[in-house]
Amino acid sequence: MADKSDLVLEVKNLKTVFFTNSGLFKAVDDVSFTVKRGETLAIVGESGCGKSVTALSLMRLVPDPPGRIVGGTVTLEGTDLLALDEAQMRAVRGNRISMIFQEPMTSLNPVMRIGDQIVEAVRLHRAMSAKAAWNIAVEMLRLVRIPEPARRAREYPHQLSGGMRQRAMIAMALACRPALLIADEPTTALDVTIQAQILALILDLQKELGTGLVLITHDLGVVAQTAQRVIVMYAGRKVEEASVEALFADPKHPYTRGLMASIPSVPASGAATQARLNEIPGTVPSLVRLPPGCAFAPRCKLAVKRCQDEYPPLMDWGGGHLAACWRAADVAEVA
Amino acid sequence: MTEALLEVTDLTKHYPVRAGVLRRQVGTVHAVDGVSFAVGVGETLGLVGESGCGKSTVARSVLRLVEPTSGQIRLGGEDITHLSKAALRPHRRSMQIVFQDPFASLNPRMTAGDIVGEPLAVHGLATGKALEARTAKLFEQVGLRPDQMRNFPHQFSGGQRQRICIARALALGPRLIVCDEPVSALDVSIQAQVINLLIDLQRQHGFSYLFIAHDLAVVAHISHRVAVMYLGRIVEIASKDELFRNPRHPYTQALLASVPVANPLAKKLAPLVDGDVPSPVNPPSGCAFHTRCRFAMERCRTERPVLMEAGDGHQVACLLNEGTGRPP
Repeated sequence: MADKSDLVLEVKNLKTVFFTNSGLFKAVDDVSFTVKRGETLAIVGESGCGKSVTALSLMRLVPDPPGRIVGGTVTLEGTDLLALDEAQMRAVRGNRISMIFQEPMTSLNPVMRIGDQIVEAVRLHRAMSAKAAWNIAVEMLRLVRIPEPARRAREYPHQLSGGMRQRAMIAMALACRPALLIADEPTTALDVTIQAQILALILDLQKELGTGLVLITHDLGVVAQTAQRVIVMYAGRKVEEASVEALFADPKHPYTRGLMASIPSVPASGAATQARLNEIPGTVPSLVRLPPGCAFAPRCKLAVKRCQDEYPPLMDWGGGHLAACWRAADVAEVA
Repeated sequence: MTEALLEVTDLTKHYPVRAGVLRRQVGTVHAVDGVSFAVGVGETLGLVGESGCGKSTVARSVLRLVEPTSGQIRLGGEDITHLSKAALRPHRRSMQIVFQDPFASLNPRMTAGDIVGEPLAVHGLATGKALEARTAKLFEQVGLRPDQMRNFPHQFSGGQRQRICIARALALGPRLIVCDEPVSALDVSIQAQVINLLIDLQRQHGFSYLFIAHDLAVVAHISHRVAVMYLGRIVEIASKDELFRNPRHPYTQALLASVPVANPLAKKLAPLVDGDVPSPVNPPSGCAFHTRCRFAMERCRTERPVLMEAGDGHQVACLLNEGTGRPP
């Protein structure tokens, strides 16, 4: 582990629950991780695994009710965000920590010019004249490589294409030079050629500005191409954590392994025609009625009695490679 | 390719753009602009492209769910382009569709059994006990339990709903199933289950798929041949192996280079194209891709390339190097 002063974010034992008509469910259950300056941490998992709620918890944007953060600490640059009152949190949000969402059209204000939206974010956190803030807005649009930034700043969101809107969102999120950027499926709504442009842009800017990045995605390809470290989540828990190289070379959790085997890949050459994919049987369990043991056990080929009864702790397999599985030593049998 | 089941020739679909109080036509969306292809018996043709390239319009035109502006659609040798609704009805049994969103394409007030059995009832092929028995069999074929026939769509997960849609498409014993982004709304682990099911069913029944998706890896996996569309036109078409090993069109190359590879040791992520897809309302002159192409020449702005044979059943519409699409 690196020097403590290098840490931008430290999340410890985060717990977020939702109270619903069908009962209480733990959307995020005892999740811990850290992000260093300039580092990219990917959180990967399928729908309902808790990756987006984790992001919203960091921003303290979990809708309450029905949701509530019930435990843990989120320490950003030495300050525990969960201990701040709402006014103090507002001073941090969009300033030291900001977020970009999947669908740029729903997160931009449709009746405000792009430039004004960035100006608003800047002036909320920095004392400066409207003119100086406008100049920063144009500069930010130039930074995210929007052509003719001065003209685009005067346009409305509907006049921009999907890729341009996401660039504008990134400009807004980075306008105050936050220490941490959270990107929740930032390219899922975009076409693949535009996705490649946006991911390359995010990584370039991160390198330039030294921002820590939490990238939430369901796409293992995106993870492999962007992240340094990865967390795999399943049913609200962190089931595996490793450097991206270690995770892809030697996944320790059967779920991670199954996920990797189930993605089709673009054939390099001579791939067998229509080979069957490895599938993970069954579906993601309902978070309301989780089994007492490992949540993945009902779908796992390696599951033994112990997996059903006892939740496996995260065990270290060397070099910070953590996995929560009783059978991690025999995982090679799965694929 | 074996004998052709579906032949599409010069298919064009234009939509008028209207504006103002008088709803005067102010432009034309060139959704599909002269597309020709064929799908063989028992073959899967993948159709890839980015949003707005016209792939879904092609799918719907083939089924006559939208009326093409011009062109010809032949199914099993018979021209169905201009058949009346009544005359088309017997052909409807040979072609079915599976949509992207299994939440929107199932009637929430019908039981799963009624949904799957409805095509049989509508075409008067089975009633009563026979209908129930055949529906139960369809459920088993797609990996659902017959006792789930009494359940309503909301009681199923996304993957199971897509299985219901597939069972419904199978009911009439079709020769062609059009799949319009059938797995895009599903989680990765469920996606693999549905792709495997589609492959297994094709092996058992020998029907053809026109498989539309934006995910190159999914298309590569399931298809025998692949066509790449850009702004309403097919820019390249070839066997799967040939297309992925030896992409000729600069757009296909850019598309392939943009797919993030799930291998951290092969980091590349170098976008080969800048900018966005132009609007299909006023598509660029000449080759529609020339505004983003790395190799664009003066000719590309004025001359519209046509699909030309580049060897091995590999066709490409690019002016580079005498129409072979090979960069100089």
